[in-house]
Amino acid sequence: MDAKPVIRLEGVEKVYQTGEVAVKAVRGVSLTVRRGEFAAVMGASGSGKSTLMNLIGCLDRPTAGRYWLDGEEVGELTKNELSQVRNQRLGFVFQGFNLLARTSALENVELPLLYSPHGHGRRELRRRSLAALEQVGLAARAGHHPSQLSGGQQQRVAIARALVNEPALLLADEPTGNLDTRTSLEIMAIFQALNEKGMTILMVTHEPDIARYCRREIVMRDGRIIRDEPVADRLAAAAELAHAWNPEDAP
Amino acid sequence: MKFSATWMIALRALRRNPMRTGLTMLGIIIGVAAVIGMVAIGTGAKEQVASSIAQIGQNTVMVMSGAPSRGGVRGGWGSLPTLTRQDYEAIRNEIPGVIRATPDVRKNTQVAAGNQNVNTTVNGAGEDYADIRAWDFVEGGNFSATDVRTAAKVAILGNTVATNLFGDASPIGQIVRIQNAPYTVIGLLKPKGMNMMGSDQDDLALVPWSSALVRLTGTDSFRSMTVQAESAEQVDRVMEDIAALLRQRHRLREGAEDDFQVRSQQEIMEMATSTARTMTLLLGAIAGVSLLVGGIGIMNIMLVSVTERTREIGVRLAVGARGIDILLQFLVEAVVLSVGGGLVGIGLGIGIAQAVSAKLGWNTLVSPESVTLAFAFSAAIGIFFGFYPARKAAGLDPIEALRYE
Repeated sequence: MDAKPVIRLEGVEKVYQTGEVAVKAVRGVSLTVRRGEFAAVMGASGSGKSTLMNLIGCLDRPTAGRYWLDGEEVGELTKNELSQVRNQRLGFVFQGFNLLARTSALENVELPLLYSPHGHGRRELRRRSLAALEQVGLAARAGHHPSQLSGGQQQRVAIARALVNEPALLLADEPTGNLDTRTSLEIMAIFQALNEKGMTILMVTHEPDIARYCRREIVMRDGRIIRDEPVADRLAAAAELAHAWNPEDAP
Repeated sequence: MKFSATWMIALRALRRNPMRTGLTMLGIIIGVAAVIGMVAIGTGAKEQVASSIAQIGQNTVMVMSGAPSRGGVRGGWGSLPTLTRQDYEAIRNEIPGVIRATPDVRKNTQVAAGNQNVNTTVNGAGEDYADIRAWDFVEGGNFSATDVRTAAKVAILGNTVATNLFGDASPIGQIVRIQNAPYTVIGLLKPKGMNMMGSDQDDLALVPWSSALVRLTGTDSFRSMTVQAESAEQVDRVMEDIAALLRQRHRLREGAEDDFQVRSQQEIMEMATSTARTMTLLLGAIAGVSLLVGGIGIMNIMLVSVTERTREIGVRLAVGARGIDILLQFLVEAVVLSVGGGLVGIGLGIGIAQAVSAKLGWNTLVSPESVTLAFAFSAAIGIFFGFYPARKAAGLDPIEALRYE
């Protein structure tokens, strides 16, 4: 492993002060994720995996420890600088898709570009958004509103939105949590294809089946990493899809 | 992030909810339209008061009989017969700078011709009456000084009276009977139309004041006189001279109250227009309240919208919006609502003013000041009432906002 680290955590802790009680959600996590990795973070609810994701996603700051994202230390950045980091270096995919309602797929994908410090022209916005939709195979539905798309398609729009600013890291929080098995496979196939092209992906999931499409499995319990190993019997989602029973093929 | 992007984001957000956008604007639309319309009606009324008083004549002074007050009881002008024909002649002949003067004696009575008769106001006037009021003749002409001196039985008719008595035929040379005395019609006045109170200014007949005193009222006094000074600069001095002359003629002691009033047209104008101005202010203030309510409507909707769109705000923060971006978005949304509503409201207000003019015949005037003020006020309302919700939105924690159900 000689690729550059995208995520480097050293002794990261997060303590929430709720009234009198201090809750230690993350207790000293050190972790390195290198370029081109596809890691799954697993763990029961309350294991601290969501808090860890928020820290890695620069939505929250650690109480203690240090964090380098793509070589730059982000623990000391201001709120506005963190916004810029999220905009330029991170792509988010959520369980609930979180698309803007009554807004076309194209305009949803444009969203991160609008907050970009570079300021793109209208044509550039459209071109890059269409290219991102192309990557997830939805260019034909650019004008559709979320309510006109299936759950899987909505999640693909969300992935396109995460990709549009060409981030260094794609963060996915239970991306298949709201989807059926077959659609989950489609989403995992997209993630695997992106990963093949070099995208670094960190995904939170509590489904062991889904974790098997990743390359690395990190298991948390009580705010600590208790297991961190490569996925032994890795599955290829595209191949699975080809064999899977397709309800649309049924007579 | 460029400011144009903020505009795009805000406009897209408003477009996503056209119904809510329209209804929120409606409050401001109604408020601004009410302000513009009400102020236009008030200003129009003021203008009309001013123009109707201007018809009394330029640089004129009104001399009215009766004291302004007597033992605390206000009699109102014309309530005491203290102005005599000798007073009139003294004012006319002895005071320098007086170029024209006419007394005013009135009687509501019947005027008949042939088998037609009408009720009208017969004005006893001097030969200067038409000149002071700058009133032209359609046909015929004015009284001569001799007519006035000899109490001649001649009459000048207003257009309404002439039409009612003679139809389209010329009244000149015809005989009209006023209280059984025959008068020869020597002039027909140009029509003036309604005044602001809606009464017909052409519904009158003029006879020499001397005839009126002898044959109609049987008195020797006038209710008022109109005196015209040579120039605006002389008005004040003429007023003082008239007061001094009348006090001397009425033998009023030092310290005794005047038994007459002298008012310049300017003063009468100011009194009358200040009433109209108060009315305009009152109407404007009431309309302003509805504009304020419209502004509170915007704040209400924006606050609801911040709660309803918490997740949207969370997503925006997650993909890299800064607090200031969210603040500006919500502020721009509020300002677009209020300014958009303001523009539509200005159009609607002008429409209302024109409709009122056309349907009710009221004089209205949309002043540029009221348009500018209403527009600036609506923009200020957007910023003022939009700021609190916008700050609330900008202060949201991205993690909390994303988790919000």
